[in-house]
Amino acid sequence: MYTTDQYEGMLAETVVLPGYHADLINAYFARPLGQGPFPGMILIHHLPGWDEWYRETTRKFAAHGFVTLCPNLYFRDGHGTPEDVAAKVRGAGGVSDEQVLGDVGAALEMLLALPYVSGKVGLFGTCSGGRHAYLCACRIPGFSAVVDCWGGRVVMSPEELTPKQPVAPVDYTTDLSCPVLGIFGNDDQSPTPSQVDQLEQALIKHAKSYEFFRYEGAGHGFFYYNRPNYRQEQAVDGWTKVFAFLDRTLKGE
Amino acid sequence: MCTMIAQQVKITGSGKAGSNWFRVDQASVSYDHPFDMPLEYALNIDLTNQAAGLGARVAVELDAESARRLVQVIQEVMLQAEAGGFLKKISKMDS
Repeated sequence: MYTTDQYEGMLAETVVLPGYHADLINAYFARPLGQGPFPGMILIHHLPGWDEWYRETTRKFAAHGFVTLCPNLYFRDGHGTPEDVAAKVRGAGGVSDEQVLGDVGAALEMLLALPYVSGKVGLFGTCSGGRHAYLCACRIPGFSAVVDCWGGRVVMSPEELTPKQPVAPVDYTTDLSCPVLGIFGNDDQSPTPSQVDQLEQALIKHAKSYEFFRYEGAGHGFFYYNRPNYRQEQAVDGWTKVFAFLDRTLKGE
Repeated sequence: MCTMIAQQVKITGSGKAGSNWFRVDQASVSYDHPFDMPLEYALNIDLTNQAAGLGARVAVELDAESARRLVQVIQEVMLQAEAGGFLKKISKMDS
């Protein structure tokens, strides 16, 4: 817990790393100053792109003591305002799961190679990033915690599968190797409460460690203070749950 | 990409963003998260010319009811234009 007599400092900047297929991509990086060791976090951005909310959130995690990396999953689609880039990706039906796995796997390698990062790294994502976070926690060994905030299409019907998303992430649950925190709004259309139930049943079936918090009066994206779905009370509580979970799983507190 | 409900189609036309007109050659239509419209999901149309850069984009975000009305009106106008023989005239001009 922060107290007013503490020193606090951070470094935040754009960096470059080799992602999927060793393609160079950029990422936003923020870390607490000091020798550490600090746990690491990878943030997987949402549909609206590698935007201001995610850069702010990267710094938020650093302020909470995590070396945090947020790769730009849309780097290959060109550069412009985050909206223009994300609109291009949205129109093309998103990026492939395979590419995301490659980029996030590379981000994990980068964090683990840093001398001030402890061996523990977690994942956080919202919206499509929540889905990607769950997918990566199942498919990439080495994570110690994952936070899925309202990730839609973790549970998918066969008709919803596409070449870019060929397998429903829930079907990889048997391979999940770290505890899961799920944050959901009960008014969400994707995932619906029924889909959250199905995900929970899969976690129970495979004896995985998980905590789900489902908020009444909240829908999709209720942490986003710049969108009408923002719900102050639920968001404040949700953030408290996120950092309590990560402090326990990554810092041992 | 949260809903993955998106289609793209080649088009021929011009669009205006700010004070600049430019050729548009692709329309992307999605029912997904909008950037500005205060809705969880919207019918999003992006008319673009990617050769001119990602900023060459005319964007609209509509609620579902408006999107349906717009489609209906476009179809009615095109039928009127066809009935009036204007589509043939346009084809002749193109050729």
